[in-house]
Amino acid sequence: MTAPADRQSHAFGELLTEPAPAAVQAPVQRVVEVVGRRPVGAYVELTFAAPETAGRAVPGQFVAFAIGGRESAMLLRRSIAIAGTGDGRLTVVVAPHGPGSTWLAGLQPGATVDVVGPLGRPFPLPEPGTPALLVGGGYGAAALVGLAGALRERGSDVSAVAGAASADRLCSVDELSALAGVTVLTDDGSAGRRGWVTDAVAEQVGRVGVVYACGPMGMLRAVAELATAAGVPSYVAVEESMACGIGVCMTCVLPVVGADGRTRFSRSCTEGPVFGGDRVRFADVGTLTADVVGAAAMGVLPA
Amino acid sequence: MGTALAFAPIPGPVLTASGCSAFGQELEPFVDLDALGAVVTKSVQLQPRSGRPTPRMAETPSGMLNSIGLQGPGIDGLLADELPWLAQRGARALVSIAGTRVEHFAELATRLRGVPGVLGLEVNISCPNVESRGEVFACDPVAAADVVAAVREAADPAHPVFAKLSPDVTDIVSIARSVTAAGADGLSMINTLLGLVIDPDTMRPVLGGVTGGLSGPAIRPVALRCVWQVHQALPEVPVLGMGGIRTGLDALQFVLAGASAVSVGTAVFNDPSAPARVHAELADALAARGFASLRDAVGYAHR
Repeated sequence: MTAPADRQSHAFGELLTEPAPAAVQAPVQRVVEVVGRRPVGAYVELTFAAPETAGRAVPGQFVAFAIGGRESAMLLRRSIAIAGTGDGRLTVVVAPHGPGSTWLAGLQPGATVDVVGPLGRPFPLPEPGTPALLVGGGYGAAALVGLAGALRERGSDVSAVAGAASADRLCSVDELSALAGVTVLTDDGSAGRRGWVTDAVAEQVGRVGVVYACGPMGMLRAVAELATAAGVPSYVAVEESMACGIGVCMTCVLPVVGADGRTRFSRSCTEGPVFGGDRVRFADVGTLTADVVGAAAMGVLPA
Repeated sequence: MGTALAFAPIPGPVLTASGCSAFGQELEPFVDLDALGAVVTKSVQLQPRSGRPTPRMAETPSGMLNSIGLQGPGIDGLLADELPWLAQRGARALVSIAGTRVEHFAELATRLRGVPGVLGLEVNISCPNVESRGEVFACDPVAAADVVAAVREAADPAHPVFAKLSPDVTDIVSIARSVTAAGADGLSMINTLLGLVIDPDTMRPVLGGVTGGLSGPAIRPVALRCVWQVHQALPEVPVLGMGGIRTGLDALQFVLAGASAVSVGTAVFNDPSAPARVHAELADALAARGFASLRDAVGYAHR
């Protein structure tokens, strides 16, 4: 194990980001009606009439859905990034993979669902006019649409990179294209360039003042490392699985460097999902290192 | 529906459950905290704890498995931040205390004497006893009694001491007798059941901690059986019932089995307003059955 003192001073001595501030408005819990459903490749885009939830939402935040009604045997909420708001409506992109997300993706117009939100910390916005690069992996791109709009309103030149394994797993490319120049990449070359988002990020990161990313953990790590190496601050929205979404279950923690330079197990829901890309200790996810605050009480002693 | 935790009156019979509502703050958008019987805190220890590495949870049929590892700020953080926040809002705290030596529990009880907003103590004896090769206190009537006696002696005389019992024992009545003889003013029943989930793809246990605590409606019949057996054997001992309560009718079953108050735990992950909803539903259920007061219904199923 690396000596904690070295780890601290070398890797995290001069961070480029500040922790994302909390949202101003509190979440609400509402039963809302599905007013739109549209299959998008491998995903399903759902739109809800949810004026109170949508009206409070800021880019980067998410909502948490109850699955299957009050008698459901699936108790845990499914947390999904907000893909759009407007006219009192809330849009999300659901990727069906397990029984819960499959149930959600199967909701038809007229159905109702219990939703809590908006939750989590929004993307911090840069100085007006700062050129920005947005990087979305798979359905993670959906979380960047609102951000692209907010950045454009503040005078930023916005470029985006959207990548996925294959064409049917791309998401929100049309919405992003209306707001930004978009580079599309797929692993199999079925859409756009063949390759990984990091190929395009490496080419473009030197031309921007801030990078934002949402997608799988491996992609976030690679994008954050490229940005940090280029001296560009990055903010990543993580897709950690959560049981509650509101900060009470303590299951969605990641090792994250705080404002004081110390690493804590931080909740992805209430202290994230947006973290400074250079603050998430990606290499240590799923482990407990001795320099995490409170590790000594777990029997993990400094090396 | 006023009731009491032993000699401490509370305005309503529905409380949160330890480890399921953090320290109460996150529920403020959803629940009127001062209208709850009490906020039962996450278990606090002497030192801050990072908790275990992820993954920390797995959804199971009508329940979940968790292995958080008692992440928390330690008693200093609790006294400096969490308890003053609750006291300011007029909420009552039933503080859950945990440790790995008898002296730890006693010191925590001492530190909590006279603290504003503290209603009483819940003793989490489902912790490994370092002086008994890690055997859980709750599974040994003598060790459990040692902890409870030390806490009762050290605690503020105005604070009722509730011992939280584990269902993972051969004879829960003998543990109940032992801890009440040692001075417990009441019993919290039940803690989680030890469980395991294996990922069929990785073919390894899902949780970082390997085993975890099973909670949710799946365990309700076990919890109810424990409350029933203990109330039958020790009808004068106050019981705070918990284990899978999701609705007012679930809560009613615990009251009829012998509980004079109930905690709503895992259901909060599914529905953050559950404690208030269960309170309202329980009031309706009691009225519909002609009970003039909650007290009249306590243990009614034993007639």
